[in-house]
Amino acid sequence: MNRNPVPGGAFLPAERLFSAFPPPCIPRPGTPLLASPVPAGFPSPAADFVEDRLSLDEHLILHREATFFVRVTGHSMNGFGIHDGDLLVVDRSLEVVDRSVVIAVVDGNFTVKQFCRTPGGILLRSNSQGHGDILVSEDQEMSIWGVVRWSIHAI
Amino acid sequence: MTIALVDGNNFYVSCERVFNPRLEGRPVVVLSNNDGMAVARSAEVKALGVKMGTPWFKMKDLARRHGIVALSSNYALYADMSNRMMAVLRQFSPDQEIYSIDECFLNLDGFANRDLVRYGQAMRRRVKDWLGLPVCVGIAETKTLAKLANHCAKKALAGTDSVCDFARLSDAERSRVFSTIDVNEIWGVGRRLSEQLIARGITSVEDLRRADAKTLRREFSVVLERTVMELNGIACLELEEAVANKQQIISSRSFGSYVHDLEALGEAVASYIAIAAEKLRSQGSHAGMVQVFIRTNPHRANSPQYQGGLTIPLAEASDDTLMLTRAALWGLKRIYRPGFAYQKAGVAFLDLRAAGTPQIDMFSTARDNTRLMAAMDRINGIWGRGTLRSAAEGSGKKWQMKRESKSPAYTTQWSELPRVG
Repeated sequence: MNRNPVPGGAFLPAERLFSAFPPPCIPRPGTPLLASPVPAGFPSPAADFVEDRLSLDEHLILHREATFFVRVTGHSMNGFGIHDGDLLVVDRSLEVVDRSVVIAVVDGNFTVKQFCRTPGGILLRSNSQGHGDILVSEDQEMSIWGVVRWSIHAI
Repeated sequence: MTIALVDGNNFYVSCERVFNPRLEGRPVVVLSNNDGMAVARSAEVKALGVKMGTPWFKMKDLARRHGIVALSSNYALYADMSNRMMAVLRQFSPDQEIYSIDECFLNLDGFANRDLVRYGQAMRRRVKDWLGLPVCVGIAETKTLAKLANHCAKKALAGTDSVCDFARLSDAERSRVFSTIDVNEIWGVGRRLSEQLIARGITSVEDLRRADAKTLRREFSVVLERTVMELNGIACLELEEAVANKQQIISSRSFGSYVHDLEALGEAVASYIAIAAEKLRSQGSHAGMVQVFIRTNPHRANSPQYQGGLTIPLAEASDDTLMLTRAALWGLKRIYRPGFAYQKAGVAFLDLRAAGTPQIDMFSTARDNTRLMAAMDRINGIWGRGTLRSAAEGSGKKWQMKRESKSPAYTTQWSELPRVG
């Protein structure tokens, strides 16, 4: 499929993305307008280089519909660079692989952990010297809610 | 035609469970705001015999005995999850009619070469994986049959794993299934009509399917004739065309020429709101949500295509044109993308309730605009619809409200995000 997601959850056909001639006078939000006047008959060479301003949403969000934000409480994931108060960008559409950082639901409670397959079963690691690690036992109810893609940390 | 109807199971309850997994497996009701009636019930609550619309005080005893969790409705959350669900389903067919907050029709005409049961399973899986919401899928040749197929999927009367494609049933199998379903389960057959039908000996879906359409047209209406034809696989209803239906009011139209700018779209949307709001007032209803949608011409394959839609919950159900316009224009701004030739715009009022039982937002600053609206309607009548509107007033903050035992706005407020340790 040559379709590309755009904000708003709709799809934009490829020919529009690569259109050489954007419609006149309709700047997209966040698109810089050309500041210099363009003399008729002499196209500004700079016009070839006008691009959309960078968008953090585009950078951080792969699947808009499946992406949720979650707030971290506590320090158990400091070793992974995830700190108290950080904002996690969670994508529910991503496949969980060994060592993904995930939001898991254990016995009805949310927890952020690293997902590890071990010979002894699934280990949810929190990397604070084994303190807080969960080796998922058979009688425990555990499901993966989503995969953490980014942690946004205020300086 | 081949049409799918995708419907969320106990949608409001399911939305709550996504962000509060402890509610999984427990009996949960979502209550309307002030009158405290059940507007959504988990399967566990349905099993206890609690009916839709049961007042909370009447089930308090039952609730104590069975540990029923009662939640106030969190429309910001439901609307956001609905918008996400509709966008995910649009990935399976661009030709979508959003029928209510938790259900939509998809035109699957171009997908005949696929295994549609597997396609339906893929929809189900993706909505479950991406959003955590369970849905059922019904597939058939007409909208009325798709609704019925969805019912069969939900009640496990036919199909497998919550997906039912009537094309997989022989005529004899259809007869067998249809004769087990009450006639009032049919889309567009309300309580009064079904009573009249039952009096004539038409009690099951199969009875109505086998009835003579022409006779019913004479004795009832052309609408019922269409329903009979639809039950027999003859498509009479296009997508976006609603049958006599109390769940929503739609006003939409194709433009005479393509529209490019937000302002012109806004005028169109405002005028559709004015039309739909008149209808709303004339039937004595208030709308709890406003939906706005725009789209390019899907038949111009070589021009850029876009369609967007958004559902906006209101703090208070309203029939006030100004309030409804404000909500619709707020939504329009968020779905509008410049650079497209728009061919159609529309609005829909969802979550309709009787005007007599308003839910009151105690933080509301809204005034009674009855006289103002009458004046506005007059001015618009003289100078043209959309002359007087409230484009500049749009602001999402206005629709916030506070309610007891309401879950946080997990997906629409920075301060209310889910917390994870």
